[in-house]
Amino acid sequence: MKYIDEFRDGDVARKIGERLRTEADPARQYSFMEFCGGHTHAISRYGVRELLPPNVRMIHGPGCPVCVLPIGRVDMAIKLALERGAIVCTYGDTMRVPASDNLSLTRAKARGGDIRMVYSATDALTVARDNPGREVVFFAIGFETTTPPTALAILRAQREGLANFSVLCCHVLTPSAITHILESPEVRRYGTVPIDGFVGPAHVSIVIGSGPYEHFAEEYRKPVVIAGFEPLDVMQAILMLVRQVNEGRAHVENEFSRAVDRDGNLGAQQKVSEVFELRPTFEWRGLGEVPYSALKIRPAFAQFDAERRFGLGYTPVADNKACECGAILRGVKQPTDCKIFGTVCTPENPVGSCMVSSEGACAAHYAYGRFKDIPVKVSA
Amino acid sequence: MLVELRADERAVVNLGGIRKDVSIELVPEAQVGDYVIVHVGHAIGMIDPEEAERTLALFGEMAEAAAAAGAAA
Repeated sequence: MKYIDEFRDGDVARKIGERLRTEADPARQYSFMEFCGGHTHAISRYGVRELLPPNVRMIHGPGCPVCVLPIGRVDMAIKLALERGAIVCTYGDTMRVPASDNLSLTRAKARGGDIRMVYSATDALTVARDNPGREVVFFAIGFETTTPPTALAILRAQREGLANFSVLCCHVLTPSAITHILESPEVRRYGTVPIDGFVGPAHVSIVIGSGPYEHFAEEYRKPVVIAGFEPLDVMQAILMLVRQVNEGRAHVENEFSRAVDRDGNLGAQQKVSEVFELRPTFEWRGLGEVPYSALKIRPAFAQFDAERRFGLGYTPVADNKACECGAILRGVKQPTDCKIFGTVCTPENPVGSCMVSSEGACAAHYAYGRFKDIPVKVSA
Repeated sequence: MLVELRADERAVVNLGGIRKDVSIELVPEAQVGDYVIVHVGHAIGMIDPEEAERTLALFGEMAEAAAAAGAAA
């Protein structure tokens, strides 16, 4: 496929790898965080890590929408289906996120909840039109990429006077999560998570542009290179980060210039700000309460806000004690540091959210990397 | 690639032989022949072919530079 295959050329990837080995200073360590789950997936799937010199390390970030969704939020959606009789529509990955009482949306569906997987917010509107006698709630999750479609769905529901449609809004914001990581004690005080720079998100940046990252580069002296989701994009971005570190620069650079500019998609941003406003605080799995890191529906659209409509409150619920998702999402631990990785916790039966989505650090390592951890023994 | 514009700000894209109906409400300027980036059933942005060529050329230079460095070593 055009604009995909040529960005996956293995020979070119190896050559960028050679370049990296030439330019990375053997006397120093480089640690870069790929914020976005799409990059985590690409790094695991295409073996990007194997092409990097040993002193260039990638740390997985919290940019996997399903991974950062806390248990309490999934509980709210389950409650709507099981106790309030609503039809709950949501994206496929959200279905399997573990919630309280050994439930997930999939398991709640098995208990008789009317829970439907949709590909798009638009599909949830169709369900609402087809079931005028039922309450239909779209359980909306994700970063800046899925927010504009949710805004469009609410605006359309208002235009059509769709009285049985509402949204359980769990949309979160990338820049505030990055700030939170940079302010975390592991990064600032203890230095247990050294971060020399960020590989910036691909699709999120199409929407918000490269401008919002300039603050991190200036304020925290961390270079950011926005990269596409293909393996060559990621390799090239890492090389650009190594160069910035070597030259003592901290700028926002854009490797994904074929789709990202400084301003982003202004039309999409306008729709989002028309419908949503900032939440003073929001709980993220792994990061805890993060100030001004999520969106809620503006009062003008209150009738489409499931939290108001059903009088839902949020109750935080602690993660399973054995699960290390929290530390993995903060970059403090790796999937293999978790005792239940690949044994109790597998993609078929996930205990933690990082094992659910293919963008999760654990699921990505399980799918593409777990056999590499086992030393090969050749017996005569 | 966008292959057909439809009513109500929708369009058909061809993804490696698979035709898919998507919304173009977020990129109303998209035309047949444009390469759009689709996320959850919505086109959210477009590919700039010139910038794509420029990035590929950058990879190419990299490859040559690496080959030169390899030959010198």
